[in-house]
Amino acid sequence: MDLEGQGRIKLVVEQAGTDDVIAVLGANSPTAVEMTALTLKTGDPSYAGPLTGVALGIPSYHVLEPEIADQFDPSLYERELALPALAMDVAEVVAPLKTIRDS
Amino acid sequence: MTFPTITAVANVLAHAPGLVRYGSKPLRDIAQDPSTLDAITARLRTHVDAVGYGPNQAFIGNVEPEMLASRARPWWRSLDGGASSRGAFGDLVDEAELLGLLKLCDRARLVHLDAATLGAAAHRLGERGLVTAAEMEALAPTEPARIAALCRDGEAIPLTLGGHVVGAMARGHEQDEALTANVLLENLCGKATGVLALRRLLRMVEGRVAPDEIDFVLAGSEEAVGDRYQRGGGNLAKAIAESAGLATATGFDVKAFCASTLYAVFNAAALIQAGVFSRVAVVAGGSLAKLGMKYRAHVAKDMPILEDVLAGIAILVERPGADGPRIRLDAVGLHTIATGSAQQAIVEALVVKPLDRAGYRLRDIDRYATEMHNPEVTEPSGSGDVPKGNYRLIAALGAMRGEIPRDGINDFVARHGMPGYAPTQGHIASAVCYLAHALRAMRAGKMRRALFMAKGSLFLGRMTEASDGVSFILEA
Amino acid sequence: MIELKGKRVLVIGERDGVNGPAIEACVRSAGAEVLYAETLCFV
Repeated sequence: MDLEGQGRIKLVVEQAGTDDVIAVLGANSPTAVEMTALTLKTGDPSYAGPLTGVALGIPSYHVLEPEIADQFDPSLYERELALPALAMDVAEVVAPLKTIRDS
Repeated sequence: MTFPTITAVANVLAHAPGLVRYGSKPLRDIAQDPSTLDAITARLRTHVDAVGYGPNQAFIGNVEPEMLASRARPWWRSLDGGASSRGAFGDLVDEAELLGLLKLCDRARLVHLDAATLGAAAHRLGERGLVTAAEMEALAPTEPARIAALCRDGEAIPLTLGGHVVGAMARGHEQDEALTANVLLENLCGKATGVLALRRLLRMVEGRVAPDEIDFVLAGSEEAVGDRYQRGGGNLAKAIAESAGLATATGFDVKAFCASTLYAVFNAAALIQAGVFSRVAVVAGGSLAKLGMKYRAHVAKDMPILEDVLAGIAILVERPGADGPRIRLDAVGLHTIATGSAQQAIVEALVVKPLDRAGYRLRDIDRYATEMHNPEVTEPSGSGDVPKGNYRLIAALGAMRGEIPRDGINDFVARHGMPGYAPTQGHIASAVCYLAHALRAMRAGKMRRALFMAKGSLFLGRMTEASDGVSFILEA
Repeated sequence: MIELKGKRVLVIGERDGVNGPAIEACVRSAGAEVLYAETLCFV
């Protein structure tokens, strides 16, 4: 994840706490998804950003994970998500997330 | 209905390993931890390796981008030792030449260069037919002692070749944040590479079009030229035109993030279609800020730092009837405010609507040019394959519309897309880097139609959450 | 199975995947609160 984004997220979380906080991602590559999820859960894995060594413990989901996407109104899904869902290999992109959440 | 034509395109690169340290990401990281500079220096490429690199050869026109698909990855390992720095579309100049161009383009007496570097630059640029002996002889070198003093006193930042200080870039003002040495270097790099591209373009049309037959210049890059009271004042176009010798022209800048250059081509075409001008040059300089943007991942994976080249493009747009493919101004793709931010709406606005207006289906377009960033640069840092991601959006929309079968997405991408090859220089990679190739293919009768689409991430500037884009069809 | 209703969400979209505004619209519709939203552009 972009380092500047880490700094802003850290501020938001410092103010708001982490109760009931989750991240919902939209990236189309498994590596991007994995890096963001790790950063928000256990700290910046590249040891470079404001979230280095800061384990926020925030779980990450992808907006196209079936358990998430199923909660949206079908017409909203159709308008906002149907195309990206077909364009990316959703299973491949979301694959890292369950492992990271469960770890 | 007749349309303006594109008659010449130059694609140029300037190898700039010594300037990687001044890219936005390296600069910030070095400030936090000076040892980062050593880590970067250890992974910089030689000019020979930059020349032999497939994507760079594709950019300057010696290899077709489509052919990269059959070259073994990683491309940085399968270099072509016999490759030339002279491309069909333009040159890949070395760093001494780039520094010489910075000096040539410097109108504020801020660039200092030692005699040896200036001499080497003059010689090599002269051999390429891009400078005259007279204009280079008019440039005064700076003594090494003065260069060292300027850097020591904090008035200038060093310019290096192979790790040795050979020059310096001075600040333009003691306090103005918009005139620091770093900002001015960024702007001058954009100017110099724009000038390089425009001079190359002029050589391409020499004998048919004289410099004073180009009426107007539009620049579409992403630097901010100004001072503290007008940080983005702009009109680098005029400065570039001046240094390229277009004495009877003036111009202005088009600013739209990465869509800047494609918008500038659209704007040039519109001016010609309206009968205001006969010939407009569009020019894009390179981005110093983006050098070494993904260096961390490259260093971590023992790769060379691939983001070590500045890019430039120059395009000549002429009246209907001139020899070249036409820009379909009756079917321009626009991302309006009403389009909104849904991905499907965006792709429909930029691809489907223009095709509908022109009476075409997705498969009637031979090649789509989208965000053509080299995947070798972006994949190591987890940014994925950007062109592929964009092609898959187009193909997926085709599948949703029933124009291609659902299991035909990969095939569509293979047939109508191509591997990314452009350096991650923002606006350069956004479709325009393929104009030169499309022009060549259309002139050879090998291509009929190409669709160019560029996206602009306006939201990065925090003035809107909207994104943006523009597209047009180029037709033989 | 996580329920979005009542959750406080950090939206991290991506330009060529699903962007921030799209994710925001979706999670809000499911009753979540959005604490933070951005769209990443990797290039």
